[in-house]
Amino acid sequence: MEGLTDGGVMATPGGGDRPSPPGAYQVVVIGSGPGGLQVAYWLRRHGLRLAVLSGDPSPGGMFRRWPFFQRLLSWTKPHALPPRGSRAYERFDWNSLVADEAHARARQAPLMDGTSEFPARAEMEANLAAFARETELAVRYDCRWESTRARDGGGFIVETSDGIYEADAVVVAVGVAEPYTPPGNGMDLTHHYAQVRPPESYAGRRVVILGKQNSGFELANGLLPWACSLALVSPSAAKLSVQTRTLGGVRARYVQPYEDHVLGGGVSLLDAAIDRIERVEGGDGTLAVHLRRTDGGGDLRLEAEDVISATGFTAPLRDLADLGVVISGRSRLAQLTAWWESTTVPGVWFAGTLGQAAKGLEKHGVPANSGAVHGARYNARALAERLAETQFGIPRERPSIDPAGAIDFIVRELAEGPELWHQRAYLTRILTADPEAGLVDDGVQPLTHFLDTAGPDAMGLTIEADGSGAIYPVVYSRRDGQVTEHRLDADPLLRYDTDVVRQAVTTIARETLPGVA
Amino acid sequence: MAAEPEIIDAIAGLNLFADLSQPQLEGIAHIMDERTFPVGERVLRQGVSGSAFFIIVDGEVRVVVDGTERSTLGRGEFFGEVSVLLGETATADVYATRPLRCLVLPGAQVEPFLIAHPRVMFRMLQTQARRLRAANRWRD
Repeated sequence: MEGLTDGGVMATPGGGDRPSPPGAYQVVVIGSGPGGLQVAYWLRRHGLRLAVLSGDPSPGGMFRRWPFFQRLLSWTKPHALPPRGSRAYERFDWNSLVADEAHARARQAPLMDGTSEFPARAEMEANLAAFARETELAVRYDCRWESTRARDGGGFIVETSDGIYEADAVVVAVGVAEPYTPPGNGMDLTHHYAQVRPPESYAGRRVVILGKQNSGFELANGLLPWACSLALVSPSAAKLSVQTRTLGGVRARYVQPYEDHVLGGGVSLLDAAIDRIERVEGGDGTLAVHLRRTDGGGDLRLEAEDVISATGFTAPLRDLADLGVVISGRSRLAQLTAWWESTTVPGVWFAGTLGQAAKGLEKHGVPANSGAVHGARYNARALAERLAETQFGIPRERPSIDPAGAIDFIVRELAEGPELWHQRAYLTRILTADPEAGLVDDGVQPLTHFLDTAGPDAMGLTIEADGSGAIYPVVYSRRDGQVTEHRLDADPLLRYDTDVVRQAVTTIARETLPGVA
Repeated sequence: MAAEPEIIDAIAGLNLFADLSQPQLEGIAHIMDERTFPVGERVLRQGVSGSAFFIIVDGEVRVVVDGTERSTLGRGEFFGEVSVLLGETATADVYATRPLRCLVLPGAQVEPFLIAHPRVMFRMLQTQARRLRAANRWRD
């Protein structure tokens, strides 16, 4: 399946050598952030004729602009135990995209300067550019997506600043990048995270930040040396990742404002809703923020020179709602199937961080990492396989597994399969006892699909967490149509290539996949 | 982050939250996730661990135990509480029968939430008592 698509570089009528000119393709991918690049890479492996379009001048997506204070929230550990470039290393490298070719793998670490395990924005941009270069992905930059409509007889017409594209399938990977400020009395007096000025311009000023998630804490942390007072306000208490034991909380590296708060150091964390924001009369631009506390206390009034809305972003999905795509929630995400396809408009798929709308089970309240590169990069491969199979009849590869080696295979996947480790209780490696083909590796699929779909006897392997700090394997066995969940014991050192695991999975496999053990 | 006024208005009309003040409603809208499900989608899976507490804002579900349909739930009603309160696997399959919009609270957050909102706990108990009464009548 060594895929070649639209032929790379082609001359266009508008002048200049730019790939993927307007015309008819099997798939149009929109976006050149990590989500767009990764899904385009896997789609190309299936031999599909692609156009990859981006309104940006270069790869990088949102990392070309944010985070405001430069460093990412996602680590890459240059010196992990597994060798760089191995599958096991991917668990320690959240930022590189994944590829079959060795020279395109683990691109992030060599680009980092050693001062932090969190790459700077420029280092992430360089990593994505290196991936696009090493994989020879042909992206048509400076081509802005404008609208999408249904084509007579099926498929879609995508209008862009460069002209009209036709496609049987559209994959949208434009990120969650549209600044969102909720409506409210006086909210127009605030400025959004996306409009934050250089930090020195906040010197000696009182700053109120609306929002206590990572973006709010990132700003507070960065403004600690500049603002004379800081207040972070939202209706519910700040949750820290070290308490929730998931990525659903403020990351450790932004917790300094929290400590300043509890030690009385000029930072206030307030659990309150905004009643109104107004200018103080004769106050020379000073703003008054009126709050209604949600923790049972009385109303509050704060004065500040700046009020910043760290209230998040929404998905810029243009006119997809008019096409019939159901869009909902605070981030205005499309409602998706387990395979990241619109539930209402088949043929419209969503990759990258937009895939977080397919939430999966969220067992024990632990979210998937689909909103981050290290989750979305594995979703992309499964999406591409599904799209190729369901829309173009390209069968998935289903390698045979020698029954004598099945237990080794299972133990290896549980011990180091990066898809399972990064997408806990979300993606599962399936082994199927196919009545015709025998024991096969059915690849990595969404866990909800495995649980909700009938099929032959099979095992689904996952790594899961329960919010207590434990991370452990779970095996789902399907026998005569009945699915049973088997939780294995957590190992404090997270070693799952042990005799204990081997014995446990052997017992399950004997009951589920006759002949395996 | 300020919650969207629309969701606050939607939950203000639910029986479970009838005793709460506006700021308390805003706090609830902020800590609970909003999720939507298309018709036919499985929302809860019998026998699977780690599920959550769901409150229906709009739509309808059918509750199926061991393959037998046991009840239908609509706006303002909730499900998932039995497994969450008892720390067990889900006791039923739940499927959306109309486009479904829910608020979701992860299992581990239910206890602190109910203790922080005793009036919600009281109304939840009332609903459980009605369900028990109906089940006893059915048995008689």
